[in-house]
Amino acid sequence: MTGLVVIATPHIRYLAIIPEIVLLGGAVLLLAGGSLVERQLRARVATVATAAVSAAALGVSLWQWSDVTSHGAFTAVDHAVVVDGFSALVNVLVSCAMFLTALVADGYLRREGVEGPEMHVLAMVSASGAMIMASANDLIVVFLGLEILSIALYVLAAFNHRRAASGEAALKYFILGSFSSAVFVYGIALVYGATGTSNLAQIAGFLAKNVLAADGLLLAGMSLLVVGFAFKVAAVPFHMWTPDVYQGAPSPVTGFMAAVAKAGAFAAFLRVFISSFGLLRTDWQPIIYALAVVTLLVGAGLAVVQRDVKRMLAYSSINHAGFVLLGLEAATARGVSASLYYLFAYTFMVIGSFAVVTVLGRRGDAAHDIASYRGLARRQPALALAFAVLLLAQAGAPFTTGLWAKLQVVLAAVDHQVPLAVVAMVSAAVAAFFYLRVAVLMYTPVPAPGAAPGVESPAENAVALGAGARGAARTPASGEADLSTPGPGPGQVDAAPQLAHARAVWTGDVRNVAALDRLNAGLLLDRDPVTLALAGASVEQPAPPAGLGLGALGEGGETLAVADEVMATPVRVPPLSAVAIGLCLAVTVVLGFWPGPLTSFAHHATLLFVP
Amino acid sequence: MSIGPAWYLGLAAVLFALGAIGVMVRRNVLVMFMCIELMLNAANLTFVTFSRVLGDVGGQSLVFFVLVVAAAEVVVGLGVVVAIFRRRAGTTADDLHEMLG
Repeated sequence: MTGLVVIATPHIRYLAIIPEIVLLGGAVLLLAGGSLVERQLRARVATVATAAVSAAALGVSLWQWSDVTSHGAFTAVDHAVVVDGFSALVNVLVSCAMFLTALVADGYLRREGVEGPEMHVLAMVSASGAMIMASANDLIVVFLGLEILSIALYVLAAFNHRRAASGEAALKYFILGSFSSAVFVYGIALVYGATGTSNLAQIAGFLAKNVLAADGLLLAGMSLLVVGFAFKVAAVPFHMWTPDVYQGAPSPVTGFMAAVAKAGAFAAFLRVFISSFGLLRTDWQPIIYALAVVTLLVGAGLAVVQRDVKRMLAYSSINHAGFVLLGLEAATARGVSASLYYLFAYTFMVIGSFAVVTVLGRRGDAAHDIASYRGLARRQPALALAFAVLLLAQAGAPFTTGLWAKLQVVLAAVDHQVPLAVVAMVSAAVAAFFYLRVAVLMYTPVPAPGAAPGVESPAENAVALGAGARGAARTPASGEADLSTPGPGPGQVDAAPQLAHARAVWTGDVRNVAALDRLNAGLLLDRDPVTLALAGASVEQPAPPAGLGLGALGEGGETLAVADEVMATPVRVPPLSAVAIGLCLAVTVVLGFWPGPLTSFAHHATLLFVP
Repeated sequence: MSIGPAWYLGLAAVLFALGAIGVMVRRNVLVMFMCIELMLNAANLTFVTFSRVLGDVGGQSLVFFVLVVAAAEVVVGLGVVVAIFRRRAGTTADDLHEMLG
């Protein structure tokens, strides 16, 4: 090898990647400009600039869409990037998600005192990664998009450095995320070895022309790609990181992650497997089938037992991933458009839900107990109504996009896999339960202190219990009506705590569950019936008279009483968050009543290469 | 006996498996990082080997992308580790148990 090898650089058609350029350029300019502006000015300027950049990205994505519909799809940058209806629709989706997240993040950043452009910058970089994944026509470009998306998200998850949980979430996400990326790259390497190219269209062409005698290498590569994608979309059994990361990350970031990371990863998943490996569908369909079944069932099943709203929504997002997998499993044009429709509907529902959770998280972003949602409708009717509608939409209620989304993926699945559609319907029914539980809890009034009926309030009992029942005394001072089992005698009290426990679990009353757990533990230690009776009585302890009661109950009761008072005050809803929630709600309900435009939008969002 | 491409592929597979097992078995975050690097480099070796076998320079250029991404990942990862373990004694993953998982 002497002579100089000239490598021809490809012609780059910048208009093909204009949405990515807008977002990345906006991020760089904002980061540079942000350091020049005064700190007080920075927060508002950053939010306005980010919203403007996202709106611009939305505009160019819509222009791309109209360009594709009038002039047809094409590839660019030496066939590494493809511009078709599919990529344009995902770009529109990601731009909308970015816009809404900027609005939600503004209130969060102010409340937590971490104002600055950094979060917006990272979110825009991450969103551009999702767009790159959606328009990639080469496995290595998919990988680059995946990493641009993920690396920015690792930092975003750790964004609030004052919360220990935030850093823990980031590290867990980072380790498992980069592990899955490494698996993904090895999968690309094996596919490259088997087909001689990493270009998606050329892989499809190679598979159409050649019948592999020994396709072990290709199948191994393909299954590693499935694993990599399944990690990113949080499909069971590769979902372990999801609940912890969703719970630990700052709430606006969680909403963004749930919407954008899933949209980008699913876009690439659909394109790679339907465009490139479409001819091998009999090989990969069973794997996706199994993934979809366990994802649907585990996601719905584990969401039921969660006591933290963010964890519950994390499992709900796993369940949603199962529904999107139905469209992939169908491997038809109809399946692709159904999956896209689902992702579109899901984005607005999930960002809206996490916007409500962000607002209700209060300063410190920690008030995410399901029990703290009790009686929300009385304190903040508008917020409760918005959350209830968004949750019902996620459950697939009529007159919301959630129904049409579920309907379309199930119809796509029912064409050839009836059992899978049945599993999906069962999981939708289970999922409806935990969404409804929160919705009903919000409309259940908090009983006024001392209103628990038929309970004697023996303060001396509490004193007599002493340290042994300290746990029981931690029951919230504003006596919960659920626990007022009518005055138990020494004989029957044995079953009462278990009953109350079951009931508390049922109503999602976490603090009572914890108190009763401790009580039951105490009962196991000491089976003396008199103590049992006293313990039973103290659980029903309504609000003790100030002074006497608090002294007897000790500091545990006092702090909880104060905490309850704080929880009872309505939170201030930042105007921009209200706008974001309103927009999500409007899209979910209006397009639910009038599904025509979005369904036709999704039906025209076809892949350029379908074998 | 000549050393053919199969040897390189085998070596890469062994390295990848060692890395994957290391991530799952080892409990020190820094060692877990190293194991992830090992997995990425196993993929790189596979790319180069196939590039040589296929006579296609594309595979070798892919390695550069992977290298850059690996470097970026390490920068972010070490940043996160420093941010977390500033207040802790050691870098053991088992110490991170604020949340259920």
